[in-house]
Amino acid sequence: MPVCRRGTPIESQDTESMLTFPKGGAHPPEFKEQTAGLSIEVMPVPDELELILGQHIGAPCTPTVARKEEINEGALVGEVKRGLGVPLHSPVTGKIKAIGTSAHPMRVTAPSLTIGVDHEADPVQYPEQDWQSFDGSELLQKVNDAGIIGVGGAGFPTHVKLNPPAGSPVDILLLNGAECEPYITSDHRQMLEHAAEIVGGAGIILKILGINECYIGIESNKQDAIKVMTAAAEQASTGDCSIKIETLQVKYPQGSEKQLIQAITGRKVPAMALPSAVGVVVQNVSTAKAIYDGVVYGKPLYEKVVTIAGKGINKPANLLLKVGTRIKDIVDYLGGLEPGLSKIIMGGPMMGFAVSSLDIPITKTTSAILFLTEDEIDTSPHSQCIRCGWCLEACPMGLEPKEIGIYVEANRAEDTEPFGVFDCFECGSCAYVCPAKRPLVQFVRLAKMKAKRP
Amino acid sequence: MIKQQVSDDQTTAPVKLWKVSVSPHIKSSESVEKIMWTVVACLMPPLILSVFVFGIQTLFITAVSVVSCVVVEAVSQKALGRRVTIKDGSAVLTGLLLAFVIPPGVSPLLPILAAIFAIYIGKHLLGGIGYNFFNPALLGRAFLLASFPVAMTSAWLSPVEGFGIFSYLGTSIDAISTATPLAVMKEQGLAAFTEAFGSGAGLYTSFFLGWRPGCIGETSGLLLLLGGGYLLYRKYITYHIPVSILGTIAVLTWVFGGETYFRGDPLLALVTGGAILGAFFMATDYVTSPTTKISQIVYGICIGALTVLIRLKGGYPEGICYAILLMNPLSTVLDSWFKPKRFAPPQGGAE
Repeated sequence: MPVCRRGTPIESQDTESMLTFPKGGAHPPEFKEQTAGLSIEVMPVPDELELILGQHIGAPCTPTVARKEEINEGALVGEVKRGLGVPLHSPVTGKIKAIGTSAHPMRVTAPSLTIGVDHEADPVQYPEQDWQSFDGSELLQKVNDAGIIGVGGAGFPTHVKLNPPAGSPVDILLLNGAECEPYITSDHRQMLEHAAEIVGGAGIILKILGINECYIGIESNKQDAIKVMTAAAEQASTGDCSIKIETLQVKYPQGSEKQLIQAITGRKVPAMALPSAVGVVVQNVSTAKAIYDGVVYGKPLYEKVVTIAGKGINKPANLLLKVGTRIKDIVDYLGGLEPGLSKIIMGGPMMGFAVSSLDIPITKTTSAILFLTEDEIDTSPHSQCIRCGWCLEACPMGLEPKEIGIYVEANRAEDTEPFGVFDCFECGSCAYVCPAKRPLVQFVRLAKMKAKRP
Repeated sequence: MIKQQVSDDQTTAPVKLWKVSVSPHIKSSESVEKIMWTVVACLMPPLILSVFVFGIQTLFITAVSVVSCVVVEAVSQKALGRRVTIKDGSAVLTGLLLAFVIPPGVSPLLPILAAIFAIYIGKHLLGGIGYNFFNPALLGRAFLLASFPVAMTSAWLSPVEGFGIFSYLGTSIDAISTATPLAVMKEQGLAAFTEAFGSGAGLYTSFFLGWRPGCIGETSGLLLLLGGGYLLYRKYITYHIPVSILGTIAVLTWVFGGETYFRGDPLLALVTGGAILGAFFMATDYVTSPTTKISQIVYGICIGALTVLIRLKGGYPEGICYAILLMNPLSTVLDSWFKPKRFAPPQGGAE
């Protein structure tokens, strides 16, 4: 029986036939059963939304609306004039109540629009269009106009990813359905309920890139999704375009871009380089769904499927939410908090951000909000490094987290570059396995601030 | 309704905020305590056996050693203004291992002195757990060997007859002391060894089971292998260090350990002395051993080679203690030579 080190054993995994990245990783308990069986539920729109203007990596949007202005659902409310970014749209019909700041999980506060919702307004209808009639550059423009970013978490503007630099020709598209973080099931539900749209989105991306090979990687703990997606992919794979489902071993961080590329194609993305350097473009399955909606219906990205889970919430669910919905409105809708709640996390328990307040709104990149109780999280104090070397084994990038931690503690963060601190994508596998409970990701972040980039 | 905790005076006091911390928010169930106590548990069978081989006083010496290590650890940490961490089991483990590598007939005063040296000087003055670059238990033994050479090289006991575990109580050590197999072989030659301990399959079996003179915990290769095997199964240690040490000892003894080349007895070399205890429980100590697989193998081979060198050419019959101590400070050097393989190197200017 293959045992994944420092985690639960991977039972009944036919590891021979499944793809995975070769080095490092961990297998935290999955905890997906809480929400995996719950269909996506549309949450009624709350009275007020808080739309953060910087939804993605790059420049924040500049508002294109004024205070007290009446806006329609899907109307443009912000755009990026300079630099990397995508336009922002109103999730509802209503009125701009304020242009100010909002609580933000990472930046404490961030510029935002407060929108009062008009509950009387009719929902906007988006007519279906035949996307086959558009050419690649028209499709790319539509992806940009719809304000689509990588909704899996990183939030990189999608139209930029779909327009790789001329020097690096792309030949493979990967869709990421690994969903390797514990608790989260939003991509799982999307694949079950919107398989045709995801595969359709893959077709659109293939046309934009001018290629015909697509692989969709799904971890083997989602057998039902693999079945549904395989059927959808077979239907869509006609003639010159091939879409295949690849079953991945359940191992964290299987859904990391570089690890996924290596697992499926065997190619290794060099440090400091983008996937296009090895001829690959990676998109999340939910991003593919957003692309389908944006191109076929012209519907901008302003709704998000979010998993709400953990023992600290009364009723776990997979909710379709308007971007800008505050956590407290979600908590109210789901019957309130449970006693013993200790931490609220936006994203997964391995890489998500703990938030201090319920006023924080969700963004386009929020895939889960976890309400974790004292017994679900680890708050034990850390001790000195005992040099067991487990972190070296867990690191999928072949780095030396223990050394980085020891150097940072000795106030020598600027000397950590030789240990590969800039290759670290903060998956947290090292800190997960550390028997001394050392906050290795935090050490790495401190080191990144002080060390010089090569 | 939101049941967020709000302090009593809602108008002026700020809303209580939820806990935040850097990801990951979940951690595996493994901990330093769990590892240390598991190793301690793995050492219980050889300890119990030692009572039946050398008599009940081994239990007393071990208890003195463990208690003094824990007390010295607590006092050192208090004195140095550090958090007292005696519950993590590392001092208990050091005390246990220290008792395992001293002869069963010594005065109980010896482990107390060794504990002070090992824990205070060898561990806490160097920075505490994680920063000590010598294995504390072996450092304690080396200290005793230098300070009490007579007791440490002559207080050996023959295995007791039957279940006479109380037979050594109250007797003078001088009257009953014997010599370890390695010492007999070194000082008197193979003929005397065969005369004293026998030969053939019966010899290997009784040595492997533990019925021979030696340090308290080192005699039973079988029980030590079982404990080591459990640590391997739990993945607390990997095979790299023990296998490379034992393999090197076997091969080098076979080549150089006989009357002529390639006439040595590799099996005997493994079941006599403390090779198995050292390979599975001493050399694999996390703090003082290297972390990458290649450096672990190099480290193991060097320990094995030094052990055989000391056994055959050095002044002591057994060499694994000094071999490990000599390699301990080199483990960080080995780690800096053999770094883990990075995922992919940066491409020239790819951005």
